Amino acid sequence: MAVAVGRPANDELRNLSLSGHVGFDSLPDQLVNKSTSQGFCFNILCVGETGIGKSTLMDTLFNTKFESDPATHNEPGVRLKARSYELQESNVRLKLTIVDTVGFGDQINKDDSYKPIVEYIDTQFEAYLQEELKIKRSLFNYHDTRIHACLYFIAPTGHSLKSLDLVTMKKLDSKVNIIPIIAKADTIAKNELHKFKSKIMSELVSNGVQIYQFPTDEETVAEINATMSVHLPFAVVGSTEEVKIGNKMSKARQYPWGVVQVENENHCDFVKLREMLIRVNMEDLREQTHTRHYELYRRCKLEEMGFKDTDPDSKPFSLQETYEAKRNEFLGELQKKEEEMRQMFVMRVKEKEAELKEAEKDLHEKFDHLKRTHQEEKKKVEDKKKDLEEELSNFQKKKAAAQLLQSQAQQAGSQQTKKDKDKKNFFFL
Amino acid sequence: MEGELVQPAPEETPRDANPANVGLELFGYVGIEAVLDQMRIKTMKTGFEFNLMVVGQSGLGKSTMVNTLFKSKVSRKPTGPGYEERIPKTVQLQSITHVIEEKGVKMKLTVTDTPGFGDQINNENCWDPIIKYINEQYEKYLREEILISRKRKIPDTRVHSCVYFVPPTGHWLRPLDLEFMRRLSKIVNMVPVIAKADTLTLEERAEFKKRVRGLGRESVYPQEDFDDNSDDRILNNKIRDKIPFAVVGADKEHQVNGKRILGRKTKWGIIEVENPAHCEFPLLRDLLIRSHLQDLKDITHNVHYESYRMQRLNESNRLALSPINGLLGKDEVESDL
Repeated sequence: MAVAVGRPANDELRNLSLSGHVGFDSLPDQLVNKSTSQGFCFNILCVGETGIGKSTLMDTLFNTKFESDPATHNEPGVRLKARSYELQESNVRLKLTIVDTVGFGDQINKDDSYKPIVEYIDTQFEAYLQEELKIKRSLFNYHDTRIHACLYFIAPTGHSLKSLDLVTMKKLDSKVNIIPIIAKADTIAKNELHKFKSKIMSELVSNGVQIYQFPTDEETVAEINATMSVHLPFAVVGSTEEVKIGNKMSKARQYPWGVVQVENENHCDFVKLREMLIRVNMEDLREQTHTRHYELYRRCKLEEMGFKDTDPDSKPFSLQETYEAKRNEFLGELQKKEEEMRQMFVMRVKEKEAELKEAEKDLHEKFDHLKRTHQEEKKKVEDKKKDLEEELSNFQKKKAAAQLLQSQAQQAGSQQTKKDKDKKNFFFL
Repeated sequence: MEGELVQPAPEETPRDANPANVGLELFGYVGIEAVLDQMRIKTMKTGFEFNLMVVGQSGLGKSTMVNTLFKSKVSRKPTGPGYEERIPKTVQLQSITHVIEEKGVKMKLTVTDTPGFGDQINNENCWDPIIKYINEQYEKYLREEILISRKRKIPDTRVHSCVYFVPPTGHWLRPLDLEFMRRLSKIVNMVPVIAKADTLTLEERAEFKKRVRGLGRESVYPQEDFDDNSDDRILNNKIRDKIPFAVVGADKEHQVNGKRILGRKTKWGIIEVENPAHCEFPLLRDLLIRSHLQDLKDITHNVHYESYRMQRLNESNRLALSPINGLLGKDEVESDL
């Protein structure tokens, strides 16, 4: 029962003409002032093999030194390293986060190389989604960590894209704005570069990889974006060292055969990249991330969790009902599992008891058997003992008798000897 | 612009294994500030929306005020002797939407009028339809926001500011005024003004304001809690000292000193609407349009809408909602106010 709101008969929006200066033309300025006081967030993901020049390019792009140690080549897997910096230029504060893929392309088996990257991007989306779904939330001072731009560094082979590149880009194109760039472009000659670029673009198109399209719907930027798009992918050279050229110091790489100037448009496309990435389209990159990639992720995630938008009956707060339903389902499952586990436990206990009983019985039997054996042995031993005693007593008797005889014999003998002695003595006498 | 050295950002924390938010010095011009222009262009392309509500007894000059603010015939005023019959029996809400453009900036302006407010003999709960309307707009926005496939730009019909017209009695705020302001300042940005201030002399005006300021002080816009930084606070304090503004509305032009000026012509002189010595209309216009329009929208979105959303989601945790009960829940919200 909505409140009856009266509207005029012709409900279309009328354009009114103002008869004086009202002052709301300051609205964009008000908005911009608010944003400057809050500051901006921008997050770049750099995907590329180790040693391809990612850190150097970041240093060159933002005209500063983001200190980091170069990675080694023997990482066991791909991991992502994120670093946040605060940059300030005039009155604009930028919270820049640079995410590096450490160890990309170094393994022997690169099947899973893309997985940590996709996981990282999803984690950032998930964090934002969680914050958005909270009951008590504070979105306006939430530090946005979603990746706004992904710079994909293509190795300057001069031939075509590697299959690792194709696979990774295909996995990332629906999650993040991909801007492919050719790194270390000073190793490719100009005519080869042209062929290389067209080969790359045609491969991307034929494989259905959706890279970031510079927006052409706005008159102010349409022209510059259209002309720049022709030069995709940008062939860049990065350098933080300055070389004296003419009478100025400018960033360049010095070789024995010449100097490659970073900011010279004839030498490389660095200036174009900087224009496109920072000076013209930074806001659009942020908006695309929020309205396209994040919404896609949110939709998939919510659908996967089981929420549906609407049949007209269940429209209001389908979120809440589905939550309840899911929760009950989950609790039901929990209970079932608990029952199962309890039953299993009881069964196991029974089994164990039975086993133990068996063992006890066995033991008893053994014990009885042993006892019997022991008794038999004892009896045998007693019998033997008796026999032995008998023998002993017999022996004693025999001994006694023998001794008697012997003593008699001795007596007779000793008499005889005495007689002999006497005889002898008689004779001698 | 080349080679412009910038002072380093205020926080330069020492590096450790996981440095977070390290301030760095830029060695040359990068071009980050171009993002401001990009933002400006984008917002000018999408345009703005602003929803204003005017509340007050009939005859206090609400429609005239709106027309004066936006310098065009936004509201159609009831005129003529047949007006008596048109006072409605209950409070009704009438919304009119226009698109106005100035220097390339397009704004979709919606003005909601409340005829019948405070006009009955028994004015109990005459604020209920208004509160219901405001909450309905929040509800609409919330539904859109919860959808799985939602629109790129959710149409914003939430009331960004409510201008309450206080009759210039010169004494105190009436109970109706106090009740209304107390209830509504919790859910919407409330800007009270003293209507038809040309009936008060300057001294009477100062007296009235002094009395009124003590009573109706709670959280009228700009609320003290939402001052972002000290600059804002200084500015807002100046504004808060002058609230409520004593305004006069006029949409006819007259000749004054050879210039065409908006004003009210009376036998004893011409009251110039845009003259700060005569009335405080310029202050109101500056607050609403020139300086705080974006702030009004932001506070509506970040504070009032969020608290509505929080209440709504919390209570639906306790009730099991079916489509019909959904509205029941809302009524409970209102009774909490």
